[in-house]
Parts: sequence; structure tokens; C-alpha cells
Amino acid sequence: MNALAQFRRNDQPIYLDYQATTPMDSRVLEAMMPYFTYKFGNAHSRSHAYGWEAEEAVEKARAQVAKLIGADEKEIIYTSGATESNNLAIKGVAEFYKDRRNHIVTTVTEHKCVLDTCRHLEQQGFSVTYLPVQKNGLVDLEQLRAAVTDKTVVVSVMAVNNEIGVIQPLAEIGKICREKGAFFHTDAAQAVGKIPLDVNAMNIDLMSISGHKIYGPKGIGALYVRRKPRVRLVAMINGGGQERGFRSGTLPTPLCVGLGEAADICLKEMDAEAKRLTKLRDRMLKGLQAKLPEIYVNGDLDQRIPGNLNISFAYVEGESLMMGIKGLSVSSGSACTSASLEPSYVLRALGVDEELAHTSLRIGLGRFTTEQEVDTAVDELVRHVTKLREMSPLWEMAQEGIDLKSIEWAAH
Amino acid sequence: MAYSTKLIDHYENPRNIGSLDKNAEDVGTGLVGAPACGDVMKLQIKVGPDGLIEDAKFKTFGCGSAIASSSLVTEWVKGKTVDEAETIKNTDIAKHLALPPVKIHCSVLAEDAIKAAIADYRAKSAKKEEEPVAPGDQAVAAAK
Repeated sequence: MNALAQFRRNDQPIYLDYQATTPMDSRVLEAMMPYFTYKFGNAHSRSHAYGWEAEEAVEKARAQVAKLIGADEKEIIYTSGATESNNLAIKGVAEFYKDRRNHIVTTVTEHKCVLDTCRHLEQQGFSVTYLPVQKNGLVDLEQLRAAVTDKTVVVSVMAVNNEIGVIQPLAEIGKICREKGAFFHTDAAQAVGKIPLDVNAMNIDLMSISGHKIYGPKGIGALYVRRKPRVRLVAMINGGGQERGFRSGTLPTPLCVGLGEAADICLKEMDAEAKRLTKLRDRMLKGLQAKLPEIYVNGDLDQRIPGNLNISFAYVEGESLMMGIKGLSVSSGSACTSASLEPSYVLRALGVDEELAHTSLRIGLGRFTTEQEVDTAVDELVRHVTKLREMSPLWEMAQEGIDLKSIEWAAH
Repeated sequence: MAYSTKLIDHYENPRNIGSLDKNAEDVGTGLVGAPACGDVMKLQIKVGPDGLIEDAKFKTFGCGSAIASSSLVTEWVKGKTVDEAETIKNTDIAKHLALPPVKIHCSVLAEDAIKAAIADYRAKSAKKEEEPVAPGDQAVAAAK
């Protein structure tokens, strides 16, 4: 059952980047296989058994996805992934209702695809409010309430942040949106299958879902679109009118089946998995804290999915640390690995000092992470942080009692 | 990002890590960069009575390229006169380590670090000639 243990070669690093993507569960692959081979029909072919077989499969999968979030299957639209879902949800409602409402509320820590979509809509003449977040990464509900007006068409707040794993107060946000008559969209790519979600209890009108974050295939996602009261969207992709006209194009049957199966496994195993991951995460954090002074967790530790840690290792630059821990695959909060040398905009939004933001790593645990892997990771992190601190002039100065803020640094 | 073998070697086996006595008259200290930018280098040189740099040490907070650049220059300056060391160019460092374009600033910082260390050493020597007594508090971090 452990897909990673099954496929990982000995020379491959331990995978600790589950917020970037997840390996596919072998049960998901198994469910998909027939639809790549002999059950290859087009789900939209109405005239023969091949088509009916495929249609039955995509509809079963649609119901599986719906069930995981407490929705009706008719409310699930297949897309290529969460990026497309976010685009369709926000642009779709903005465009449809633009004569009555032209204002959008979102937060500064959203995923780039939401922020970029909002920027695009600003250029089209919409106004957008980007709410700040508190030090723990959570949105301030009173600020949100104040930002939503009778001109607000949609409030888009992510369910779980991809960098720091914090869970936004969805039910409270949904309540405010319902009171004010604005739609509530949530990018739930990092939340689905990790925490219980209920679109009705939380008054969610639109929800973006990703396949590859829940041990399903890449290239598939879904958008939940509420039917009662009905949310209307302008389609982004025009064509044969599939998916209630919201998203034309032939459905990729094997991917749909994979998404459904992945959702079904999450539904059945979420509770047990959350308990196991919480234990592993605590083990990792305690292990690090026992041996390393001056490490800081970014983002709220309680309102957080079990599989995420984002830690600043003070006085050690994140990229050099990643270069050292070759046996671990993690992600840097400093984003120095990409072409940009700026530290993460999410950490900066929390008010994390720039110098600390440069020392951050995102560690993602998941379904196939083992206790042994966690222990190995702790050892490797401790060893390299200690080594790099010994060669850090900042660590040396801090040990000598010099206040780093008192020095006039030359920004370059 | 694929780094060169030389760069990785300097990162994994950095030469001359450590600190010299920053208050000593024959030691010049350069501290350049800023924590908020993600790079700080401290480079120190110890100049012998013959005018040659007999020891060099560094400590760096920064990415692998920054660590490798500073490690490399400590090797290069040893045995050189101060004037010779001053001619080391960032382009030579970048070329030797095959730094990718986004990491060129690391080599620039390493050049700045040598220059700052030399300037500190010269300032100390000049002061010593003026008033040969009181070798006191002029050291500290020369973070200009």
C-alpha cells in the first residue's frame, strides 16, 4: 500500500514536500488503469456501450468527489486542476454579475493563481480588496466583514494556505458572505481530504479542488458550483457544452476516475490519517526543538493541517540549508531557488522579519511518511543547521550578544 | 539548479572557516551584506611583517554560492600582498565557480568583503603610525 516505499529507489531523497504534490496512491492507479486501456470510450458518446461505460465511471467519480465535501453530484464540474477552477470561479462570477456588482474581496496570502486572476480583473475594471492577515496567518473576521459591501460579488479566501498550512475560519466567512449577499469562493486545493469540509454548513458557494494534492492524478481538478441558491458563471472554455456548459471538452475518463477514487479514500481514511500525521508532525517539531535553539514555526500551529510545518531556522539561510540536506526533499520559504531572490510573500504578510523569512523551510508530511523518515529528517536537519550556524557570522554575533538590528547593514 | 563541482566542493568542504581576533592590529575585518537580503559575509585577513597575507578566515550567512565564493577568496588571498589581493575581481570568482546568472551578486559580495577587510587593515595601520599607543576599540564590525 505504501506507494513510495514500493517505488522509491534507495538513492532517492525522503519526500517531505506534500504541499507541492503527492504521489498517487496505488489504489487510485489501479482504479484508473482500465480506462486507459479497454474501457476507453468517450463519456459523451450516447450511442454505444463504450460511451455508457465511460459515462457511468465519470458520474460515479463525480458522486465520490461530491460526497467528500457534502455537495450534490450535480454541483461538481471537472476541470484541469485548481488553477483552472480558481480562474473559472472568480472570473466566471465576476463576468456574469458585473452589471450589478463589481467588487472582489480576497487576501494577500492567496495562491498566485487567485492573486493573478484578481489583478487581471482589476485591469478589466473590477475593484479588488486584498485583506491583510494576522500574525498567525488567519484573516481578521471583522476586517473581512467591513470589506464586504453591497457591491461585492465574490469573497475568495483559501481554505488552507499552501506555504504555512493554516486553516481559515471558513464557516464564519461563509456566514458573513451569506448575510451580505456575496458569493463565497474558497480555494480548497490544500484542504480537501485533509480536514472535514461541508459546503452547506460552511455556506460555500464555489470550491476549487485539485487531484494531485490528494494522492490522485495530475491534470484533473474540480469546481464545486452551488445550485441552491444557484451560482451562475460565464464559461471560460466554449465548445460542446459539457459540464453544464461551464467547461466544454471531452472528459479525461481515467483522470476523473482517479480523482473520484482519491476522494473516496480520503473520505474513509481522513480521520485516521490526520491523527497519524499530527503525531508525526509533533515528533518532528519536538525532535528539532530538543536539539536546536532559536527555531520558529510560522503560522498558527493549532489552526493548521496536520501535514505541514513551516520553520525559520534563525541565522541559517534557507537555500544553503536545502543544499546541505540532500537526503530530504523540502521546499524553501525563501524562494531563493526560483529566479526571484525575494523571500516568500506569504511569510512577509505574516510580518515575519525578512532576515527570518530567508531562513525558512516548508516541510510537508503525508500519507506515505514514516516515523523512521521523520527521525532521519530530524537528524539531518539538526546536523546541517548546526554546521551552518557554526559558519554563520550572524550566529556568532548573536552569541556575542550583539543586537543584529543595531547594525547599519548595507542593503545590496 | 545545477551547480559546478567546484562550487559544491567549496560548499561541502569550506576552507578557512572561523574568526581571527578582530582587535589585533595585523588583522583586517570586512563585514558586508545584510541579513534582510539573505547574504552576510565576514572576511578577515592577517598580514605578516613581510606584508604578505598569512591567514584568512570567513563566516558567511547566505546561499551555497555565497558560502563557496567566500571560501574561495580566502584561499586566493593567502600568500598575496594586500595590493595583490585587492585586484581580485568578482568576475574571476564567478568564472571559477561557474556561478549561474542569478548568483553573480554572491561573487560581487565576496569582492566587497576583501576590499572591506583590506580597508580595515589599512585604517588600523595608518592609525598605528600616527599614535602607536592605545590599540583599543577601533575594530568592531566595519559594516559600512
